[in-house]
Amino acid sequence: MPDLTPLAPLPDDAALDAVVDAMLPLLGLAAEPGWRGPILQNFRMVSGAARLVLEFPLPDELEPAPRFEP
Amino acid sequence: MSAHAAITATLARIDALDHRVNAFTALTRERALARAEAVDRGAVAGPLAGVPFAVKNLFDVAGLPTLAGSKINRERPPAAHDAFLIRQLEAAGAILVGALNMGEYAYDFTGENVHDGPSRNPHDLTRMTGGSSGGSGAATAAGLVPLALGSDTNGSIRVPSAFCGVFGLKPTFGRLSRAGTFPFVASFDHLGPMGCSTSEIAAAYDVMQGRDVDDHWQVARPVEPVLPNLDRGVGGLCIAVADGYFTRGAEPEALAAVRMAAEALGADGTAELPEAARARAAAYVISAAEGASLHLDRLRARPVDFDPATRDRLIAGSMIPAAWVQRAQRFRRWYRDAVLSLFEGVDLILAPATPFRAPRLGQTTMTLDGVEMPLRPNIGVFTQPISFIGLPVAAVPVWPDAGLPLGVQVIAAPWREDLALRAARTLERAGVARAPVAAL
Repeated sequence: MPDLTPLAPLPDDAALDAVVDAMLPLLGLAAEPGWRGPILQNFRMVSGAARLVLEFPLPDELEPAPRFEP
Repeated sequence: MSAHAAITATLARIDALDHRVNAFTALTRERALARAEAVDRGAVAGPLAGVPFAVKNLFDVAGLPTLAGSKINRERPPAAHDAFLIRQLEAAGAILVGALNMGEYAYDFTGENVHDGPSRNPHDLTRMTGGSSGGSGAATAAGLVPLALGSDTNGSIRVPSAFCGVFGLKPTFGRLSRAGTFPFVASFDHLGPMGCSTSEIAAAYDVMQGRDVDDHWQVARPVEPVLPNLDRGVGGLCIAVADGYFTRGAEPEALAAVRMAAEALGADGTAELPEAARARAAAYVISAAEGASLHLDRLRARPVDFDPATRDRLIAGSMIPAAWVQRAQRFRRWYRDAVLSLFEGVDLILAPATPFRAPRLGQTTMTLDGVEMPLRPNIGVFTQPISFIGLPVAAVPVWPDAGLPLGVQVIAAPWREDLALRAARTLERAGVARAPVAAL
C-alpha cells in the first residue's frame, strides 16, 4: 500500500470554476450563464464527496470487481 | 369478486382520486380489462390472479414510450415489449393498469417532476412522496393499486415507502432482471415491489424471480420463494440496530421508529457499519459519473429539455475524473468485505430509512441540529450506504405518533430477502408496521 500523502485543501470556487470552464468545451457541452452557479455548486459537492473517498487508504491488490456480486 | 369487477373498481378509483395525488402518467385501461376477462375465463391463473398493479414509468410497457420521468423520452417510439418483471407478474395473473410518475431519469429523492407535476403524498397532499419512485408510493398509499413496481439506485424504493407509509423491498443487487427498463446507474440499479402489505410484496417478489438472459447483470441464482416461510417469525435470529453513522443527523422520531421496531423484534445489540459516511460519498461519486455518462449525448443536444435540477447535477457529474470513480469502485470492494463480516455475527440490521418525515413540496433546505443544509442530497443519507453494496432491504412503515409515517430499513445479508421479509411480517402482525390507505 503506498503511503497516503495528505490531500491539499479543496480548491476554492475560482479554481473549481476554472475546471468547469475547461471541461465544458472538452465535453462538447454548453452552459447558459444561469446554469453556472448550480453546476459549480454540484461540482463542489461531488469534489467534497470524492475527497472523503480519496483520503481512505486501500491496498494496491484491492481491485474493483468487473461484475459486482454482493 | 371477478377480476373484471376488481379492475373496473380500480380504474374507477383512479379516475376519481388520481388528480389529487398525481400518481399516474398513463392508464392501460383496455389492456387491463382484456386481461381481466382472460383471468375470469381461466386462460390465466396464478397466485396473483386479478391483482391490479402499476409500474414506475421507466419500465417498458408495450405500446407506451418509456418516459423515465423525462420530457425528452416522450419522443421515443412506443415500447415493443413489456419489461421482464411485468411479464412475470402477468404470467402469475396480476393485471397492469398503468404507468407511474417519477423523478426525472430517477436522479431524485423528492418525487417532484417539472414535466408531469409532483406526485403528492396521500397522507398530506402538501408534502413530498419521496422519490424517485414517487408515483409508486402515492398510488399504493392512496389505495389506487395494492402493488406497484419501482426502482432503487440509492434509495428510490425505500424513501417513498417511508414518506408514504407503505412496504417496499429492494432485493439483492443482481437478483431481479432489469431488462426492459430505462437505466440510471448500472453499478447500483435495482428493481422491486412496493405495496400495502408484506403478503403482496412477498408474492410479487417470488413470481418476479427467474433467470432472464437479456439481463447481463443478473446473477444466476435459483428461484428462492419467500412466501412459504413468511410467517416463521424471527425466533432464533440475531437482530441488531445500526449505530454510529445511522444515529446521527436524524430527527428524534426517525430514531424512535427504529427503536419501536427493535423492541418488537427483540433486537439485542448494535452493529456499526464501518466507514458508512465514506460509502455514501463513494455512491454519490459513482452515481453522478455513471448517470452523466449515460446522458451525455442528451446533455449536449437537448440541455434545455431537462429538469434544471437534473441537468446541472449531470453536467457536474460529467466532469468527474475517472481516477475518482475507479477509487470509489475499489472502496466498494473494501466496504463490501467489511460489512459482510458483520453478518457473520448478526442476521438482520435495523436502520432508519430517512432522517425525517416527508418534507413540504418545493422545500429545498432542511435544518438538523440547528444547521441548515440542502434537502435533496440529504434525504438518502441512510439508504445510500446500503444499496452501494447491494444488500437486500425491506422498507417497513412505522407510525411512531399521530404524525406522518417514517421508514425502518430491515437489512439482511446478500440473498436473504427471506429474513428481511419475515421481520417485516412480524412487525406487521404486531401492529408496529402498517400501511393504511390514506383518507382522500
